[in-house]
Amino acid sequence: MASLIIQRIGAATSFDTNNNFDRRSLSGRKSGFLVVRSDGAKITTGLKPIGSRTHHLVTNAVATKPGNSAASTASKSGHEILLFDALREGLEEEMDRDARVCVMGEDVGHYGGSYKVTKGLAPKYGDLRVLDTPIAENAFTGMGIGAAMTGLRPIIEGMNMGFLLLAFNQISNNCGMLHYTSGGQFKIPVVIRGPGGVGRQLGAEHSQRLESYFQSIPGIQMVACSTPYNAKGLMKAAIRSDNPVILFEHVLLYNLKETIPDEEYVLNLEEAEMVRPGQHVTILTYSRMRYHVMQAAKTLVNKGYDPEVIDIRSLKPFDLHMIGNSVKKTHRVLIVEECMRTGGIGASLTAAINENFQDYLDAPIVCLSSQDVPTPYAGTLEEWTVVQPPQIVAAVEQLCK
Amino acid sequence: MAASYLSKSNKIIINNIKLSKFYMFRSLNHTSSVTDSVFSRRLIHSTTPPPLLNHAGIETGTFYRGFESVSGGRRSHTATSFSEEIDQLPVEAPLQQELNFPGGKVKFTPKRMFTPGSNEERTNCYRVLNENGELIVDNDSFKMSKELAVRMYTDMVTLQVMDTIFYEAQRQGRISFYLTTIGEEAINIASAAALKNIDFVFPQYREPGVLLWRGFTLQEFANQLFGNKYDQGKGRQMPIHYGSKKLNYITVSSTVATQIPQAVGAAYSMKMEKKDSCAITYFGDGGSSTGDFHAGLNFAAVMEAPVIFFCRNNGWAISTPISDQLRGDGVVVRGKAYGIPSIRVDGNDALAIYSAVYEARKMAIEKQTPVLIEALTYRAGHHSTSDDSTKYRPADEIEWWRDDQSPVKRFKKWIESNGWWSDQVEMEHRSSIRKQLSQAIQAAERVEKPPVADMFNDVYDVPPKNLNEQQDLLTKHIKKHAQEYPSNVAV
Repeated sequence: MASLIIQRIGAATSFDTNNNFDRRSLSGRKSGFLVVRSDGAKITTGLKPIGSRTHHLVTNAVATKPGNSAASTASKSGHEILLFDALREGLEEEMDRDARVCVMGEDVGHYGGSYKVTKGLAPKYGDLRVLDTPIAENAFTGMGIGAAMTGLRPIIEGMNMGFLLLAFNQISNNCGMLHYTSGGQFKIPVVIRGPGGVGRQLGAEHSQRLESYFQSIPGIQMVACSTPYNAKGLMKAAIRSDNPVILFEHVLLYNLKETIPDEEYVLNLEEAEMVRPGQHVTILTYSRMRYHVMQAAKTLVNKGYDPEVIDIRSLKPFDLHMIGNSVKKTHRVLIVEECMRTGGIGASLTAAINENFQDYLDAPIVCLSSQDVPTPYAGTLEEWTVVQPPQIVAAVEQLCK
Repeated sequence: MAASYLSKSNKIIINNIKLSKFYMFRSLNHTSSVTDSVFSRRLIHSTTPPPLLNHAGIETGTFYRGFESVSGGRRSHTATSFSEEIDQLPVEAPLQQELNFPGGKVKFTPKRMFTPGSNEERTNCYRVLNENGELIVDNDSFKMSKELAVRMYTDMVTLQVMDTIFYEAQRQGRISFYLTTIGEEAINIASAAALKNIDFVFPQYREPGVLLWRGFTLQEFANQLFGNKYDQGKGRQMPIHYGSKKLNYITVSSTVATQIPQAVGAAYSMKMEKKDSCAITYFGDGGSSTGDFHAGLNFAAVMEAPVIFFCRNNGWAISTPISDQLRGDGVVVRGKAYGIPSIRVDGNDALAIYSAVYEARKMAIEKQTPVLIEALTYRAGHHSTSDDSTKYRPADEIEWWRDDQSPVKRFKKWIESNGWWSDQVEMEHRSSIRKQLSQAIQAAERVEKPPVADMFNDVYDVPPKNLNEQQDLLTKHIKKHAQEYPSNVAV
């Protein structure tokens, strides 16, 4: 069995800072490593004591209604739908509502999209509004940006998120920057979306987690959907937003089924989702890992634990209001992500929580991520690169000791 | 042909063939003499893929196709039987002269001919005014009103003076960076004059003349260069990265050629909304090497987007001469490769540029097609204030182009010959612009820089919490340690 490495990261960088300059210097801290083997034995090095210091309370946060999203998928009258279809529904509703919304990408037209998200749209709206592009991601992303600056609201589809690495230049240098560098004159209301994450034996190049690479780009927003309900809501919100938004879908979640409301709804791009309220530990996750966490949660409940599970949804910026309230309640945090150990969303989130809620933590933050390896093709190996429910259970048990 | 030789080889073939259809091929290296090969082969047309045979007629993985006839006769062959006398094989299907491949009908040819990389003669260059400022077409076929011509010329002069004064300002340390348009004044002004203000401009960085034509004031130029609080860009970009939503001129982005696909996107949006306008994008010879250029042109052609691709081929990409940048006959020939109508124009001839862009705009909008214009010219100034081009090119070459081939001089000769201009007026205009510029510079220098708060605006439409926090932190810090920071920058 593979051993699991969990790392605590001392907040040496600030993704989200509220530093007071008169507190202890960051370089004075020591970061420790906690290695937990799958047989439960642990080796610890240098756990750092949590001292008290003045800190900033997050007061001016986005107001959220607690437990809102938990009720959302409940027994309202609605219709059953698969996730890819929910995305399509959201897209179609927005295209009906606003004639400036258009889609561009490879095979989105009459082929209906590689994951059927744009199925049926080309016959309905025409070849120009649902545009099939040649294979040049940088160019069609640039096209989307140019169209957005001159009044349209394009949705740019990457057939796989990994292909958008070719569009990095346009996304970073133009999409993220032009609103700022033009002094606010030109806005870029694009939505860049596509499936990413580790699938079923898709190979290393098609199993990338681009949220790690994009998270630093100033000027963009990032959200990740995980259920048909939030997929449709986030799609609509992203289209209506005047900022460039990157919507991360997951290759393995497209066929999830859920009953969603018949009436129109739009979700908040910056809000996280409370999946399961609890008392003992806060588990933060997003996208596919949500399901691994919920599976682990079942086991944990049977063992007598009460985990609070939050699907962070908004990857940039983080919803520190909901996360903060949870940390203040449980005092223990476990982050479960699919990103690599190095430089992933978990790494940034760990830093942000450490800086903002240091005093509320009874134990160092534990972050479970994929290893820093290209995703192997062999099914068994691939499975071991993503965090599995037993690892989550073990980590919670360790954390709550 | 020796019949016995052939029959022997035919038997080999028959023995080795398992499929009902039989195709024979000959290696390209073989001559038409039959005795060289194991057995004779001939070209066979078919609509289904053939089995792969080697010289001995045994199926292998390699594939040979002969394009030269064996013995003066070509016959198509879809036989299911095989006789010992090849010459008497029945012809079952008519000879295909052309085939409807995906992408269209293509004619076949037995001549193996490679199209050469470049023609003996290069694409001709459209010119209307010779170097003496004389129309080389008859006067009636080219009409331009005095008003337009004079306006064009005055703007060209303004651009020249602007470049000189701002360049000097950088040398004096008053601004940090500048980039001149020397030698390309005609490209800037004449192309702008041929467009309408509703046409969206996606510049590279050597096209401030287009802004000037559309009404950007000298003060606005100066404000951007000094990055003061009146700058349209709020002091966020380097000098010469102008932009104006009002004048439909997208803010300059330092990345080379990224504006090309963006222009295609703008054209696409105009096409969707059926607007009576086009997009235009400028780039240099260096920019034509980028991936964005090729993909952008390809896209525009496929999408039939109304966009003008204007290449300022000025011979230099910083220190890279055109011979190290590309091979082939410049940029104009690439248009054809992508299915785009193209023209090569004398970049120092204001009238030719005006005429070409005027017509290109008409074509783009009426026929919904992209157009490629390559303007040949010379970058008479340095790449920018960070460059000294005498390091990599001879000073007399620069001088010759700057003085003898100056587009401003040439156009001046023409309008003078029409009696529309004089040296006196020129002197007055130049001196007036110089005065305005120095006033603008002084004024811009005195204006405050944008406040620190502006550092955090416009990253998003509304600043998110984390940016508000970061701003808060920074503001508190600056206030606390005010003595460490410049006092003339507002917080």
